Amino acid sequence: MKRREFLSAVGAATVAAIAPHAAFAQRAGASYDRLLVLVELKGGNDGLNTVVPYADFAYSRLRPRLAIPRDQVLQLDQQFGLHPALEPLMALWQGRELAVVQGVGYPGANLSHFRSIDIWDTASKSNEYLTEGWLARAFGAAPAPQAFAADGVVVGGAEMGPLRGGVRTIALTNPEQFLRQSRLVAPAGQARNAALEHLLKVEQNIVRAAARLHGNHVFATAFPANGFGNAVRTAAQLVASGAGVAVIKLSLGGFDTHSGQPARHAQLLKTLAESLVALKGALTEIGRWDSTLVMTYSEFGRRPRENLSNGTDHGTASAHFVMGGRVKGGLYGAPPELARLDGSDNLSFAVDFRDLYATVLERWWGVDAPGALNGRFAALDLVRA
Amino acid sequence: MTATPPDVLFNSAACRRRKPDKLLGVSISALALLGVLGGSIPSLGQAAALGFDDARHLLNRTSFAAGPADIETFAALTREQAVDRLLSWTGKPAVTPPPSWMSEPFESLRRFRGMSPEERKLALRELLRKAFELQSWWLTEMLVTPSPFTEKMTLFWHNHFVSSQQKVRSPQLMYRQNVLLRRHALGNFGALLHAIARDPAMVIYLDNASNRKGQPNENFAREVMELFTLGEGHYGERDIKEAARAFTGWGIDPDRGEFLFRRLAHDDGVKTVLGRSGSFNGEAVLDILLAQPQTAEHIAAKLWREFVSPEPDPAAVGRVAKAFRESGYEIGAALRALLTADAFYEPRNRAVLIKSPVELVVGTLRQFGFATGEPLPFVLSTAQLGQSLLAPPNVKGWPGGEAWINSTTLLARKAFLDRLFRVEETRAMMAAGGGMVLPKAAESMTEGRQRFLRAMLDVQFDGGKWLSQFDDRPQLLRRVVLAAPPVQEPPADTQGLDLIRHLVQDPVYQLK
Repeated sequence: MKRREFLSAVGAATVAAIAPHAAFAQRAGASYDRLLVLVELKGGNDGLNTVVPYADFAYSRLRPRLAIPRDQVLQLDQQFGLHPALEPLMALWQGRELAVVQGVGYPGANLSHFRSIDIWDTASKSNEYLTEGWLARAFGAAPAPQAFAADGVVVGGAEMGPLRGGVRTIALTNPEQFLRQSRLVAPAGQARNAALEHLLKVEQNIVRAAARLHGNHVFATAFPANGFGNAVRTAAQLVASGAGVAVIKLSLGGFDTHSGQPARHAQLLKTLAESLVALKGALTEIGRWDSTLVMTYSEFGRRPRENLSNGTDHGTASAHFVMGGRVKGGLYGAPPELARLDGSDNLSFAVDFRDLYATVLERWWGVDAPGALNGRFAALDLVRA
Repeated sequence: MTATPPDVLFNSAACRRRKPDKLLGVSISALALLGVLGGSIPSLGQAAALGFDDARHLLNRTSFAAGPADIETFAALTREQAVDRLLSWTGKPAVTPPPSWMSEPFESLRRFRGMSPEERKLALRELLRKAFELQSWWLTEMLVTPSPFTEKMTLFWHNHFVSSQQKVRSPQLMYRQNVLLRRHALGNFGALLHAIARDPAMVIYLDNASNRKGQPNENFAREVMELFTLGEGHYGERDIKEAARAFTGWGIDPDRGEFLFRRLAHDDGVKTVLGRSGSFNGEAVLDILLAQPQTAEHIAAKLWREFVSPEPDPAAVGRVAKAFRESGYEIGAALRALLTADAFYEPRNRAVLIKSPVELVVGTLRQFGFATGEPLPFVLSTAQLGQSLLAPPNVKGWPGGEAWINSTTLLARKAFLDRLFRVEETRAMMAAGGGMVLPKAAESMTEGRQRFLRAMLDVQFDGGKWLSQFDDRPQLLRRVVLAAPPVQEPPADTQGLDLIRHLVQDPVYQLK
């Protein structure tokens, strides 16, 4: 929408409240036409049974019951392989579009679900409490274009995670429901103080998003018939609607596998892999796969030594996936050092999770990372120009 | 001018609960209130009476939301009289009986050990159920209490001395902590600080339970300075390390859930905290923190942000802090200074605070006199809007203010209000559909979903009766409902329930 149309559409008072943002957006020159899809693996995904160090004797020794047998591992190289349920991802690996980053964590690991995801979401130090999500801070400094429906959309759940505190973020289960609820909003009027100004700004954002969203694109790609598959379909429809969104956040829950891990973990990884491959298919159909970066994250990995309930307890560092049409496929990070566990029998980390965030900010979008991350972190070289 | 007898105080605002024992509970409390206030009916002297808008402002900031009768009672009082009256009925025990399992023996914190995975799963499910019942208990108390100011202050301290059920994992200890916060809510801050430091839920939440000589855990020592007393920037890392040593040996008896001092784990060497040296124990460190003038400043500024405006005025906060300190940390003295200050009533500080989810939900139900059954839908609503009682996000508590409002939570607030003021339509529609209590799909719904629907069907709003209070003064309605004029003027002919719906959907309704 042009500035003039926008003025007439919402009234001068509201624009005055948003104007500083617009000025920033023009200056920043961020490439938010590149989409980030974040996939949260809720509960703490077991990195060692996702990216399996099958050649390490310590692995099968620590996991007499849970170790994935060597002959079932989908080999990535002479040492590492994927869990067999991730078979759909092998096509991406072979196409060099899948980066596997091992040993992602942070100093002073916290083993509480709530606290640790707080640390990941806000990109804080482990002894620091921040209110805003790291993406909210990034958009605060370099907003997405005004023409976008939103900076970020959280699909299927109201937890804003890394987008929390952001003013141009929406959450929806499906576009229809969002559109229905948004009819209760009719922004107008003058802001008389900061609190009211904030409310009016948020109302304006809802209306802006609602005006651009629709969810009626029909894809040839089939999506898995489960909750996560539906969320991926909604994500693809958001992209297809041309609404303009810089981030879509999805989540898949159930990774807190303290007991009965083998069957549950296999099912979760199968759902993940099938859905992500469907996402690739759908985004390829509409020509967006090359401008999409998909990244997984989770509050922590799991304990290398299996527990007595056929499961694993809360751990620290873990492996994560980055994929997309412009991703340089391959192995990144460092192998888990199973022979050198810390005082709580957990792995040390090799890649700070904020290095991955810096990769997104600097290499994918071309925006300032130290500001959003409260410090300098080393971006990984995994995006092709 | 005649003062309305105080027996109406908060009665019109209190939610009507249809369980007869609850009704009785409220009216007995109201009688007790009459007794308490019997001697303090104001004799109006030269000081000016508050008037309607100032009285509304005072009540809406200190209670959940008030109806016209309460506002008029307070309108006739001077600032001092009004604040005295508010403070005189506070810090009383809850009128809602606690969940039945509170009278059962303490569930050992060690009971999960040695459980099979199946037993563990069942035990965790039971824990969730009880945590939910505890949230329901508190929300019910907020709905029916004759002293909403007590609940507001209990919630304020819950958000200051944070503990979360998610870490403590003992609903019994979380309940006991709530009782403690309520008892001290308008008492003495020093006594509250000493009590909360030894509170078992707090000892678990901030890891003092694992703080022992030689391996001090600094969590409690850090937060007691950063959040509970001094505030950031008024202590050094060394002070934290030294103070942590003073708290070594603090712990709990896991089988009885009581505070326990383990003498052998205590480091009785000399510590230096904030420039003072001695072989301090934990109590001594708390007293050192209380002796710092900064503690009064820190608490006064936080009270300011809760009750006055997001931007504390340093000079005015200084006056509140002075009154607080000189009274020996009487919370009532700080509140009296705050609520009688000119700044509190200044036009620029009206409608500048965003209602918390609990204030929005409880305030709406109370102000409009909704009748409710099981509080389940409202516990879920507050959680959905970002405020799950007894489970703040981290030790800093809910950030509040503008952080309450994003597109998701604002839409959820509006959808909640829309649903609430359509409960009678919904019921009529269901009745028209063959007198069914639950929709056809009920059989295939989960038990929780069915309970939710049933509870929603128990919600009643007598719009006609509520509106009749304004028959002879229609202009008063919006002054009761909104803290400032609406940003969107309702169309001229908007009346009755439509007018209410219009006003509660206005962005100004989110403000107090």
